[in-house]
Amino acid sequence: MSATATPPRPRRRTPSAAAQPSLVLGHGRLPRVLAGTALGVLAAVWLLPFVWAVATSLQSEQDAASPGLSPVKGALTGQAYRQILERGNVTVWAFNSLLIAGLVTLITVAVSTLAAYGFSRGAFRGRRALLAATVAAILVPPQLLVVPLFRQMVLFNLVDTYAAVILPQVVAPMMVFILKRFFDAVPRELEDAARIDGASEFRVFLSIVLPLSRPIVAAVAIFVFIGAWNNFMWPFIVTNDPGLMTLPVGLATVKDAFGIQYAQSMASALLAALPLIVVFLFFQRRIVDSVATTGLGGS
Amino acid sequence: MTTTAPPGADAVTAPAGDRPGRPRGIGRGRTGKGPGLVFVLPFLLVFALFLVWPVVHGLWLSLTDSSLALRDTTFVGFDNYAEAFGDPDVWSSLGNTVVFTAASSVPLVLIALGMALLVHSGLAGQWVWRLAFFAPYLLPVTVVTLIWTWLYQPEVGLANQFLDALGLGPVGWLSDEAVAMWAIAALTVWWTVGFNFLLYLAALQSLPASSYEAAALDGAGAWRRLWSVTLPQLRRTTVLVAMLQILASLKVFDQIYILTKGGPNGSTRPVLEYVYDVGFTGYRLGYASAVSYLFFALVIVVSLVQLRLFRQED
Repeated sequence: MSATATPPRPRRRTPSAAAQPSLVLGHGRLPRVLAGTALGVLAAVWLLPFVWAVATSLQSEQDAASPGLSPVKGALTGQAYRQILERGNVTVWAFNSLLIAGLVTLITVAVSTLAAYGFSRGAFRGRRALLAATVAAILVPPQLLVVPLFRQMVLFNLVDTYAAVILPQVVAPMMVFILKRFFDAVPRELEDAARIDGASEFRVFLSIVLPLSRPIVAAVAIFVFIGAWNNFMWPFIVTNDPGLMTLPVGLATVKDAFGIQYAQSMASALLAALPLIVVFLFFQRRIVDSVATTGLGGS
Repeated sequence: MTTTAPPGADAVTAPAGDRPGRPRGIGRGRTGKGPGLVFVLPFLLVFALFLVWPVVHGLWLSLTDSSLALRDTTFVGFDNYAEAFGDPDVWSSLGNTVVFTAASSVPLVLIALGMALLVHSGLAGQWVWRLAFFAPYLLPVTVVTLIWTWLYQPEVGLANQFLDALGLGPVGWLSDEAVAMWAIAALTVWWTVGFNFLLYLAALQSLPASSYEAAALDGAGAWRRLWSVTLPQLRRTTVLVAMLQILASLKVFDQIYILTKGGPNGSTRPVLEYVYDVGFTGYRLGYASAVSYLFFALVIVVSLVQLRLFRQED
């Protein structure tokens, strides 16, 4: 972050209007009370499903399925979690999700930063045409590719492999575009100095450009990870083997098998939700900032 | 070389080195030429394999009677497209998609705006509000649907328990044709509003404090400031958020497929689920490709219209 003069990230938390409530709400009491109430109600509504799910997951199945508006209807118990973990497939799926999302992130970030730097600084033939094709590809909805991609995986004999889940997800034209725009705004003096010192192009990229770009690369990595962790349609289509499924896909296949076991259903949902909530708590500021700077994400 | 050099590259950094007729390495010019094609090659490889090829292959498939059963395929020209235009299921699923897009996009923009304005007003507990509104966005679709299946459960789910406490009869949230799409839209608003909320919050935080100070000096009250200072400055952001949201909503599939499989009675089936049903359940890959290309055409038209509007905003 430091003083790297990296232009496309405005808005450090400057003393904007948020720091001085009176500038937004004025000095009267009434606006503050109204705003506070509205905010409280909205937040309560948004948190309610979580609260309800947590409460249900900590009940016995009988208590969970008994009527009433109180979230806790009987003694608290961790039984549902124990049953889920003992059955084991949730841990297998969590491992798969972690492995797949981790590899997708690693490969995507590596491939995209290299390409973006090449597009930003390169002087090779066809650069403009290739860049234009990349930007145009942002418009292609991934769902459009599902049918032909599946045929392709059948052809390559990759159905039901990690490779089939991972490889199509590493093509991220949007990320290349965002990174390229960032590199465009980074001044070149440092790179040129290193070149004069005889550093290879790859060395310049690794030891000068990447360190300068840490915030944007981190932002891209976080969003690629969230996207891969939550991706449903493609992993769902290309995996049939429960041993290879990701959490979202695995849970979808057993969703109906829970039947009326709502405590277990909620316990498995919360176990699957936990990792990204933890990630968010750790990277809260960075995530908020990067949505702002790049406008990326979108489900 | 000179014809393909990036615009501005020489102007910024290389006063001497690369110019023809001058010896290299003299003065402060660059000695290297910058990264070559090799930097872009890994991306080009996956791009060609997993994006360009499927796009082209899909277009070809849409002109054939290809089937998942992998028997011989024959070229059928535009038969699939002709069939799609006369297929009532295409039109009804397209209608469902449009209804979902309208029912989800409007609240997803307005509620996000409201949340951002309230959080931005500077009340205590910033990170709690941010977490409350954004956390659902981080949930995998299956987690969201598990939780909401339970909330919408007909007998003891929270929604109907609540209606019961108010003395109202139960609602078949996911089983009533008149209600299901709205119930799914509500769930989607809860799930994804956090992203739009952050976009708005970022826009608000970059507004200059000076405009508020000026308004405060003029003695404008909170309400006046909202209408005449804040909201006008959010126009561009609103156009952007609405654009992204409409494109995202048009592509709905996951939550609907998991919750209702398009039911009851096809009333919630979106276009992309029809593509899936035809291609993977009905094995007709050629026809499924044709339908998905028609959908792609729609997405492009919507994008171009939006870009037009966005340009006009400038």
